[in-house]
Amino acid sequence: MTEVLLERRYRPIPEDILLRAFEVLDPAKRGFLSKEELIKYMTEEGEPFSQEEMEEMLSAAIDPESNTIHYKDYIAMMVIDEN
Amino acid sequence: MGSGSSTQHHFAFQNAEKAFKAAALIQRWYRRYMARLEMRRHCTWSIFQSIEYAGQQDQVKLHNFFSYLVDHFTPSSHNERDFLNRMFTEERSPQDSEMEKSSDYESIEVPDSYTGPRLSFPLLPDHATALVEAFRLKQRLHARYVLNLLHEARRHLVQLPNISRLSTCYSEEITVCGKSQSETALRDLHGQLDDLIFIFYKNGLPSPERAYVFNGDFVDRGKDSIEILMILFAFMLVYPKEFHLNRGNHEDHMVNLRYGFTKEVMQKYKIHGKKILKILQDVFCLLPLATLVDEKVLILHGGVSDTTDLELLAKLDRHKVAAIARRQTAHSLVTVSNCFEKYAAGILMLPRFHQDSKADSLSLMNNAHKAARAGRSSSVPCSVAPDPKELSRQVRRSVDLELERCRQQAGFPAIEEKEEPVPSASEAEEQLEPTQEEWRQVVDILWSDPMAQEGCKANTVRGGGCYFGPNVTERLLQKYSLQFLIRSHECKPEGYEFCHNRKVLTIFSASNYYEVGSNRGAYVKLGPALTPHIVQFQANKATHKLTMRQRQDFSMNDFQEKKNQNYSVGGRFEAQMISRVEASALRALREKLFAHSSDLLIEFKKHDKDKTGLVTLSDWAAAVESVLHLGLPWRMLRPQLVNSQTDNMLEYKSWLENLAKEKLSHENIQSSLLETLYRNRSNLETIFRIIDSDHSGFISLDEFRQTWKLFSSHMNIDITDDCICDLARSIDFNKDGHIDINEFLEAFRLVEQSCSEGDASDCPRTTNTNSSACSSPGAH
Repeated sequence: MTEVLLERRYRPIPEDILLRAFEVLDPAKRGFLSKEELIKYMTEEGEPFSQEEMEEMLSAAIDPESNTIHYKDYIAMMVIDEN
Repeated sequence: MGSGSSTQHHFAFQNAEKAFKAAALIQRWYRRYMARLEMRRHCTWSIFQSIEYAGQQDQVKLHNFFSYLVDHFTPSSHNERDFLNRMFTEERSPQDSEMEKSSDYESIEVPDSYTGPRLSFPLLPDHATALVEAFRLKQRLHARYVLNLLHEARRHLVQLPNISRLSTCYSEEITVCGKSQSETALRDLHGQLDDLIFIFYKNGLPSPERAYVFNGDFVDRGKDSIEILMILFAFMLVYPKEFHLNRGNHEDHMVNLRYGFTKEVMQKYKIHGKKILKILQDVFCLLPLATLVDEKVLILHGGVSDTTDLELLAKLDRHKVAAIARRQTAHSLVTVSNCFEKYAAGILMLPRFHQDSKADSLSLMNNAHKAARAGRSSSVPCSVAPDPKELSRQVRRSVDLELERCRQQAGFPAIEEKEEPVPSASEAEEQLEPTQEEWRQVVDILWSDPMAQEGCKANTVRGGGCYFGPNVTERLLQKYSLQFLIRSHECKPEGYEFCHNRKVLTIFSASNYYEVGSNRGAYVKLGPALTPHIVQFQANKATHKLTMRQRQDFSMNDFQEKKNQNYSVGGRFEAQMISRVEASALRALREKLFAHSSDLLIEFKKHDKDKTGLVTLSDWAAAVESVLHLGLPWRMLRPQLVNSQTDNMLEYKSWLENLAKEKLSHENIQSSLLETLYRNRSNLETIFRIIDSDHSGFISLDEFRQTWKLFSSHMNIDITDDCICDLARSIDFNKDGHIDINEFLEAFRLVEQSCSEGDASDCPRTTNTNSSACSSPGAH
């Protein structure tokens, strides 16, 4: 159990690092990602999401009118809920 | 140029790598988040379930206590004896109900000003639909129509067999719903009526082509139980062949006393409430015990045992099995009363609140002797008095073992020989009471739960019925050539659950059972192939707005459901739900902790040999579990329950004091008394309701004193008469020495306040003796 805990993957990720990760994906620094962009990154890069995971994330993150994800707000929201 | 392109490639590669890593980081974060959410949900779930089951155990213990008293308590005065008799004698006799005239309700006038639904019999489908609509609009059915409907329902039920039969030849599909009631916690939830309406909306109203089976537990806990009953009975009368009801363990007037249905009826119907409750007692016993579909699928509320005998169940007179929790009189249950004697002997031995004085040791020994003489309890030592605490420990352990053995022997099924039904003392009794075996068969059907292990053992958590394993299921299915069982009785997070190799399906139709967002509901549909098709849902405010008429306009295409059609999954919503449910669960848990403060203090001190006032956090967890026995992951919960620790150590005394501060105590009452009251509050409330046999809402001061005497002797609480008088004086008495039950409980914050204005913020728990204006809150 201790090994699992020590393994990096379960460490909590600080907010600012998370923000920078999003910014890497948004080099133009628009402050948001389009739905297609997020889907592409999450399902093709890193350890890809399943379709269910993708849908779940989208349902919470997306702004339905503009079909974009304003990641700064999204992070802030999730962090509040977590605590 | 060459170097340029390689630099470009280099950058391109770096960018790609960065993007990859960034994506991976986001995914990792998200997954961790979801995992934590799931863990919190599961944890919260455990809290609610364990508290719920502990409460049910309480219920049965309480009634066991009453049985014991009936047999062994020596009333010191004529008054006391009468009082006891009044408390414990069943008034009803079947002859009465036969002779109940219809003038019972015909004499009730419905005023012209009444704007609620009006019923005329025989009922037509439109009436039933109109009733649903009316209730959705929060109208109330007049007592006259309630009684009329119940009379008609009773007439219909009387001619039904114990095991109803349904065939998919006649109805193309059969929908099975389990447990339509849900919990209204501290805030004003919409109530379980929503779920029922939702099911009709989503699945369609009952009709000759659309059969329904409702698998018990229609009442208690929510605030619309009577409305749900009315709807169910109305459809039952309109579509008698296609609409079936099975009895659940909550269709039992003793259970109703504790879990809120009795209170709901009295509040809503006041003077007519009594009549309604009386006829309901009958109606409940007349509900069929099970439904069989195509002779292949058995639908019943709880489960089965290794002695379940469908032929016996089909033959017995179900009308006789009234309140499951009411046991037979002492004459016919010798084994059981032995058992309780020992239990009580053990209780009397426990020096909970006594000082370690010589006199007290003597009195302890005297009690033991008395009990020993009366009850042949060999487990109680009769020699020189040892240290009372040690004694209590010994006795408690041996009593527990004895109790377990007695329980298994006395009728909660283990693998034992069938008991001969003991002949009752008089013929009259025999007519009124079921035999031991019949009683047990019914209890098993209504109270049992499946378990993963093979075998069959007593269901000690619920205090009735058994846990049955896969082999028991298999044997039963083979014996009667059945394909599988459908049952309810247990709340499941997803609304349903298969077990025993998909031979047992638990279906639970009350979403938000513990709290808003706590779980989904589900129902199951059976077609001619008898393959179960599960539909999940979670009712929310949105469904309120749709009327039945609108539903009929929707095409079937709109309701091709994938799973989770109406439930928006996704981080934020889910998280909010879970937070709310969690907060509720933790609050309940803190109350429980407070209610056991004294015991906890003792436990903590054990872990604190050096008297530093501190314990380690793991000691904290061990102590809490050994007192509460809830089997919860205390280490995980600790951060939510303990916020005042330094260096892994906890100052337990101040932590306990903080808990108490949340439960504002009344100035005149000692905190230990308050704690005792609080711990036993649902028992107390039930006792009060039993005493208030005319359901007036008032008990006399005398009855109140007697209650306290009985109760405190059982709990071995040292309360003097003066103390009781103090208690009484601190309540707002202004009614010729009568106590309004609610006022009393209110004064000690024993009843949960329901914020009826729908303000969802934490309900204030301030004690305010002057607030007699509070309307009766929803208790639990």
